[in-house]
Amino acid sequence: MTARGQEAAALGLHRFGFGPVGDQIAIIAGDPRGALLADLDRAFAGALANDLPSSGEAARMVSDFQAERRAEQKLALRVQKAGDADSQSETMSPVTSDLAKAAIADAPPVPGKPPLPQQIIQSEAKARFDAVTGVARMNAAAAPDLGLVERLVWFWSNHFCISADKIPAMAGAYEREAIRPHVLRRFADLLLAVESHPAMLFYLDNVESMGADSIAGINRDKGLNENLARETLELHTLGVRSGYTQADVTSFANVLTGWTWINPDQPDRGGEFIYNKRLHEPGEQTVLGKTYPDTGMAQGRAVLADLARSPATAQHIAQKLAVHFVADDPPSTLVAKLAKSFRDSDGDLKEVAKTLVSADESWTPQRQKLKSPAEWIAGALRLTGAQDTIPIGPIMNAQAALGAPLWRPPAPNGYADTEAAWIDGVPHRIDVANQFAGRVRVADPLALLEAGLGPLASAETRNTVARAETRNQAVALLVMSPEFLRR
Amino acid sequence: MRLHAPSRRELLLASGTLFAWAYLPRLALAEGRDPRFLAIILRGALDGLATVAPVGDPDWVGLRGDNALTFEGKAPALKLTDFFALNPAMPNLHGMFQANEAIVVHACATPYRERSHFDGQDLLESGLPKPAASQSGWLNRALAGLAPGGRVDPKGSRVFAVGPVTPLVARGPAPVLSWSPQRIQPASDDTVARLLDLYRHSDAKLASVLEDNSKLSAIEQSGDMAMRQKPGGPGPAQVRAYFSEAAGNAAKFLAQPAGPRLGALALDGWDTHVNEGIATGRLSQLLGALDDALLAIKTNMGAAWKDTVVALSTEFGRTAHINGTDGTDHGTATVALLAGGALKGGRVIADWPGLKSADLYENRDLKPTTDLRAVLKGVLKDHLRADDRALAQNVFPGSADVKPMTGLTTSS
Repeated sequence: MTARGQEAAALGLHRFGFGPVGDQIAIIAGDPRGALLADLDRAFAGALANDLPSSGEAARMVSDFQAERRAEQKLALRVQKAGDADSQSETMSPVTSDLAKAAIADAPPVPGKPPLPQQIIQSEAKARFDAVTGVARMNAAAAPDLGLVERLVWFWSNHFCISADKIPAMAGAYEREAIRPHVLRRFADLLLAVESHPAMLFYLDNVESMGADSIAGINRDKGLNENLARETLELHTLGVRSGYTQADVTSFANVLTGWTWINPDQPDRGGEFIYNKRLHEPGEQTVLGKTYPDTGMAQGRAVLADLARSPATAQHIAQKLAVHFVADDPPSTLVAKLAKSFRDSDGDLKEVAKTLVSADESWTPQRQKLKSPAEWIAGALRLTGAQDTIPIGPIMNAQAALGAPLWRPPAPNGYADTEAAWIDGVPHRIDVANQFAGRVRVADPLALLEAGLGPLASAETRNTVARAETRNQAVALLVMSPEFLRR
Repeated sequence: MRLHAPSRRELLLASGTLFAWAYLPRLALAEGRDPRFLAIILRGALDGLATVAPVGDPDWVGLRGDNALTFEGKAPALKLTDFFALNPAMPNLHGMFQANEAIVVHACATPYRERSHFDGQDLLESGLPKPAASQSGWLNRALAGLAPGGRVDPKGSRVFAVGPVTPLVARGPAPVLSWSPQRIQPASDDTVARLLDLYRHSDAKLASVLEDNSKLSAIEQSGDMAMRQKPGGPGPAQVRAYFSEAAGNAAKFLAQPAGPRLGALALDGWDTHVNEGIATGRLSQLLGALDDALLAIKTNMGAAWKDTVVALSTEFGRTAHINGTDGTDHGTATVALLAGGALKGGRVIADWPGLKSADLYENRDLKPTTDLRAVLKGVLKDHLRADDRALAQNVFPGSADVKPMTGLTTSS
C-alpha cells in the first residue's frame, strides 16, 4: 500500500465516517473508495439491534407515567389538607424536631433514576452512540464498519428533524422507525415514512389540522394547519424559493388533513399513526399544477411521490449532501453529479451515496469542514474507547453544552451544517476534551495519534501531542488538533 | 419535557483519585498507632529549585537572576534553614515545617534519566527501575504486601478510589474503590496555551477564535492567570478549589475511624515551559493551590494528623537555568516534600550537589544525589512497617542497593 493510499484512507474515514478506529487506515489503504462502497453493502447496515420501545409504546408509557404523577400529586394534596386540619390538636410532629432535620440535612442526596421520558431518551441515545463506537469496535475484525452508514443516518435525521423538546418519548424511536430503514433505499419511501410518522405529525402540528369542510372541521369550527405542508415543501423536498406558491401550500395542507395519531392516553393503540377520514378535507386538490382527486390517504401518498421525483428535490438534496460531506461551498460539478444520480436512479439513496463516494470532487485534500459537535464527540469516543467509561448522561450534556443537544434542534430546519455555526464553540470543546481524556487510559498517545490521524497529522500536531504534560493532556490535545476537528 | 442544559461549570465532572483497600498496616496497629499515608503525584515535572530555593548557594542568584527566590525583594522567600528557603506561595507548608511537621528532600530524583513525561510518570508511579509497561504501582503493591487487617467494618475494608481513572501508583493486586468529587480538574491554561500555539502554526481560523475567546494574548504578555477571562479555561480560583476539594476529601476519608488508611491522587499542571511565574505568576498560583490543599488535609485529618504522612513527588525536575521564554525545560533532580504530624520534621535533607556548571547533571539540570525510592521506602518501612525484602523486591523491584532512608517519622 502506498503513502497516498494511507492518506486517502485517513481522509475518507474522517470525511465519510467518524474517523478511524484501530487499524482501519491500514486495512482500507489499498482501496479506500472500494472499502467505503462496500460499507454501503453491509447486511443490516443502519439497523440498531435493540430492545427499545416503539414510538407508540414509548408514547403510552410516558402518558401513563404522567397520569400517575398527576394522581400522586393530587393524593399528596389531599393528605396535606387533611393534615392541616388535624395540626391544631397535634403536638410537634416528629419530622419537625431539630434532630430529624439535622439528620435529613446530613444525609447524602440519593441519586435517583431520571424521570421516565429522560430514561427513554438516554437509552435511545446510548444505542445511537454505540452504533458509532461500541458496536463498531466489537465487529471491527469481522466487518469493518467505516461509519458511513451512521453518518447518513445522522444526515437524514437532521434533514427530517423533529424536536425532543416537543415530543420526548418518540425522538429516538422516530429515527429508528422512519429514518434508519430507508437511508440506503428510495427517497420516496423515506419521505412517506417520515411524513406519516406520528412524531413528525405531532412536531409539525398536523395532528391539529383538519379540513374546514371535513366532518370534524364543521362540527368543531376548526380548520387547517399548514405547518407540515409548508416544511415538507420548503425543507424536506423542493427547497425554499423553488417555485411553489402559497396556494400550493394550502392545497397540500388540505391533502394531508386526516394524517394524525391516536392520542397517547388511549391504552390500545395510543401514539400510533391513523388516517382519520373525519378530518380529511373532501374534494380534489391542485398542487404544483397537478390535480389530485380525493382518494383519501392515497391523495397524500400521490403528492409525496411526485415531490420525491421533482428535479428541484434532487437539486436540493444534492446540495445539502455535498455541503454536509465535502465543503461549505461545494464544487458545483459534485452537486450536479449527485442530482443526476438522484434523478437517474429515481431517488435510490444507496446509488446517490455511491456517487458521493466515487466522485473525485469528494476527495479534495483540503479538509475545510469543521465537524459538528456531535460528530466530533462521537469520533473522539470511537477513537479513544472512552464510551466504555463515560455514561451517556455526560455525553449528552457535553453535546448540549456545545450547542447541539441530541434531537433538540431549535427549528425544523435542523442544525446548521457550516463552519460559521460551530467555530465559535471550539474553545468550549477544550473542556469536553479534557473531561473525556480524563476518563480514558491510553498507554501510548502517539500510537493513538497514528491510529486516528495517520499521515494527516502535521509535524506540529505530532510535536504537541508528544510533548504533552500528561497522557490525558496528550489525548485532549489530539482530539482538539485541527486535523481531528476538521474533515 | 425540557432537558436541563448544563452550564460550562456543571460539565466539569468528577475526577482525581483516592483509594484504599482491605489491607492494613497491622504491625503498626499492634504498636498502638493507626498510621495514614497519602501519596500525591505532581504530574508535569515540578521545578524543585523554584519550590525550595538554595538561597545559601553562592551560585544561586547568578544561575537564575531575577527569577531566583531570595530573602529580599517583593516576594521574599520563607526561611527554612540558613541555606534553603520556601516559595512564598506556601505559608501553610512553612508553618508545618516550623512545627516539625514537614520535611524537604532536595536534589532528589527517581532512577529515570531521560526527559519524557509519559515514561517519567510511569516510572515514578510504577516503582520500576527502568521504563517498562506496568499494570501496577508501588503504593498498591506495598499495601498488598502488608498483612490483611481483618477490618470489623466491611465498608472500611472495601477498596476505594476517586474518579474513573485510577493513577498507576494506586493500581495493582490490592482492590480499589472509587469516590468522585464535585468537579473534574478543568482544562488548564496550559492546555489552552498549547492548543493556541498549535493553531497558530496550522489553522489561523481556529487560532483566531481561541484568541478572541480567551483573551489569551494579554495573559501571555503578563503571565498572570488572574487576568484569564472565561470561557476557555479555569482561573486560579478554580484550580485552587479543585486541589483543595480532591485533597481535602481524601483526608476526610482517611480520617474516619473505620475508613481507608492509604490513598493517592494526582494533581496536574506543573509543566512550566513558558512564563513560569515563580514568585507571582503561574507556578506561584499552583504552589499556592497546593499549599491550600495541604492545609485542607491537615484540617480534615483532625486528630489523625498526628498519625499522617503525605508524600508529594513528581516525575523529574526542570532545567537549572531559565530558558528563552521565562520558563524551564525538562530536567532531572527536584524536591520531594513530606508533610504530616507523624514526621520528625523541620528538616531539609540534601546531599547538596552545587550549582556550578560542572556540578550540574549534563551541564543543565540539578544533579540527583538522593534516590526518591530511598525516601519512599523509608516512610513505608518506618510509618507502615512494610517489610524490607518486600520493599526491595516487590514494591520497588531491583532496589536492594537503595537503602531506606530511616528516621523520617516519629515511629522510627
